[in-house]
Amino acid sequence: MSKYTEDDLKKELETKEYEYGFYTDLESETFPIGLNEDIVRAISKKKQEPQWMTQWRLDAFKVWKSMQEPQWANVNYKKPDFQAIAYYSAPKAVDPNKTLDDVDPELLAMYKKLGISVDEQKKMNNVAIDIVVDSVSVATTFKKTLSEKGIIFMSISEAIKEHPELVKKYLGTVVPTKDNFYASLNSAVFSDGSFCYIPKGVRCPMELSTYFRINQAGTGQFERTLLIADQGSYVSYLEGCTAPSRDENQLHAAVVELIALDDAEIKYSTVQNWYPGSAEGKGGVYNFVTKRGLCERNAKISWTQVETGSAVTWKYPSCILKGDNSIGEFYSIAVTNNYQQADTGTKMIHLGKNTRSTIISKGISAGKSQNSYRGLVKINASAENARNFSQCDSLLMGNECGAHTFPYIEVKNKTAKIEHEATTSKIGEDQIFYCNQRGIDTEKAIALVVNGFSKEVLNKLPMEFAVEAQKLLEISLEGSVG
Amino acid sequence: MLQIKDVYASVEEKDILKGISLSVNAGEVHAIMGPNGAGKSTLASIIAGKEEFELTKGHITIDGEDITELDAEERAHKGVFLSFQYPVEIPGVSVTNFIKTAINENRKAKGLKDMPASEMLKKIKEKADLLEIDRKFLSRSLNVGFSGGEKKRNEIFQMAMLEPKLAILDETDSGLDIDALKVVANGVNKLKNKDNAVIVITHYQRLLDYIVPDFVHVIMDGKIVKSGTKQLAYELEEKGYDWIKEELV
Repeated sequence: MSKYTEDDLKKELETKEYEYGFYTDLESETFPIGLNEDIVRAISKKKQEPQWMTQWRLDAFKVWKSMQEPQWANVNYKKPDFQAIAYYSAPKAVDPNKTLDDVDPELLAMYKKLGISVDEQKKMNNVAIDIVVDSVSVATTFKKTLSEKGIIFMSISEAIKEHPELVKKYLGTVVPTKDNFYASLNSAVFSDGSFCYIPKGVRCPMELSTYFRINQAGTGQFERTLLIADQGSYVSYLEGCTAPSRDENQLHAAVVELIALDDAEIKYSTVQNWYPGSAEGKGGVYNFVTKRGLCERNAKISWTQVETGSAVTWKYPSCILKGDNSIGEFYSIAVTNNYQQADTGTKMIHLGKNTRSTIISKGISAGKSQNSYRGLVKINASAENARNFSQCDSLLMGNECGAHTFPYIEVKNKTAKIEHEATTSKIGEDQIFYCNQRGIDTEKAIALVVNGFSKEVLNKLPMEFAVEAQKLLEISLEGSVG
Repeated sequence: MLQIKDVYASVEEKDILKGISLSVNAGEVHAIMGPNGAGKSTLASIIAGKEEFELTKGHITIDGEDITELDAEERAHKGVFLSFQYPVEIPGVSVTNFIKTAINENRKAKGLKDMPASEMLKKIKEKADLLEIDRKFLSRSLNVGFSGGEKKRNEIFQMAMLEPKLAILDETDSGLDIDALKVVANGVNKLKNKDNAVIVITHYQRLLDYIVPDFVHVIMDGKIVKSGTKQLAYELEEKGYDWIKEELV
């Protein structure tokens, strides 16, 4: 019988290139490589920042210099040489006023390739979008519609200039400059990112979205996102990421801070599809990200992530449940294939009374990849009647990959109720044959099993992105089972 | 419809089938009986195209077309259906979603567009009613937590939906109580017509009281050693398999 063998599948996978691996020839202004105080000052100057911001960066840089890269994650990679990276790169043609008509046609062509239509299509989908290429935000749509509701949605560079009082009040309050190695680095050199403020009692009428793209070679991307939902407001936010295929590793070290004030709700979804490296494990993005949200009284923060890209992922979107009755949620699908490594999970820090958290993590490993869930549930002495439910499921494909679970639980209050469930399963030949026998080919069969496995998390994504995420899962795992 | 010509097959280098020939025409029901390890399930797997089973000699044709080189899904597209002895679980995939995918993949192979949702729903409703399947059952994850009876009923439901030319029922009676057996057998009988054929693989004659075969074949040590009518099944029930062995000597 001439059966589609693993070799056939592998060959097909090799020819199936990373769809977003193109490079756009934009005229860019890129700083010389290396990092020192002058570069930090130069970034700040380039962005025409006020003195307090420059000082904030310099303080962070000072702290960073004394720090060591974290070693505890279950990942192995060649440590980046931080003096070999350019810390600022911007497409030259970006107009400071940034109306879409002024945007470089090459840029517009790039969006089109990426499947982002900045105008009509997204208008119909009701999504406002901020696009960050390399170091700067190049376009933000729907500003006017949003501003009618008092919603501020702009690049963080603009926000520093236009709303310094808000930025000053909240920046670094959830992820302090000295939080960790990458967060400190980001604080010193972040070049752009998104800023969002939802006023009291306002329900944001559309999905807000940021699209990150690393284009230039040899640059790091350090974006900073700050999102504030004032009392009783609601916002749903989505970020997407891609990068060209390159043989060398690229560094991405972002910081996202969420602040949900009393009775506010933030839903933050990520579809991370940075270049994962070649089938032989060459190149790919190092994704070292710090994401954290703070919940005040009765507030709710929900993180949903679909992680399919990057060579190495180090990422733990977390919630500090400070206010009484606040709620934290983490729904994650992390897929690793070939030589990808992911160490990802969450931290739920319960401080307030009656705080609740839910963690649903789905790890899918294929090829020779390593996929780790790492999570902390911490119940402080002050957190009366706190509750947590955690579920970590791993799905393995083939015999050369690994799935690992590192759950940490610290409880200092006896009234806490904590549940933890974990399963590990493997896509079996029997499952595949069963599907084959019903006329479903192997690729489709894998997609079916994976989608079934991921369903609880996919269901949490905003509708228009759920389909996209589902397709992405299928593409990421193509050719992974023989 | 189905022609099996002098088929030899092995699994992990071990010879299981040693020269099987069988001819099944449209409108017929054939029963395959035999002791444990005789090669009954291997025969089912080799017709369906399970990868681990290697056909070392011989040919299998469907309507004159040689299918021995085809993948399992391609055979399914040609109308081969296997009701599994042990149906597998697929968590998170509902019975409805699974059958919808299967139907549309079969249509795609024939160059047809996806079945319109309204038509699909109508068909699902019709077939579920035929097999006395509760609507709630359709939204459950495929085979997850199903009882033995539910699993087999689900297999027959899929058969009803896919309308195969050739249905092979591999030990469909195992793990069923008499009521469940009747429901499943009833379903098969309702689906049977002059254009399709059924192969029933079973240990016991019990199922054959409900799905009445036109022919009965006895497999022993990888060969069909005796063929007959329904009468043969009764004889086996009464006397066991030993007398055939003796006859062979």
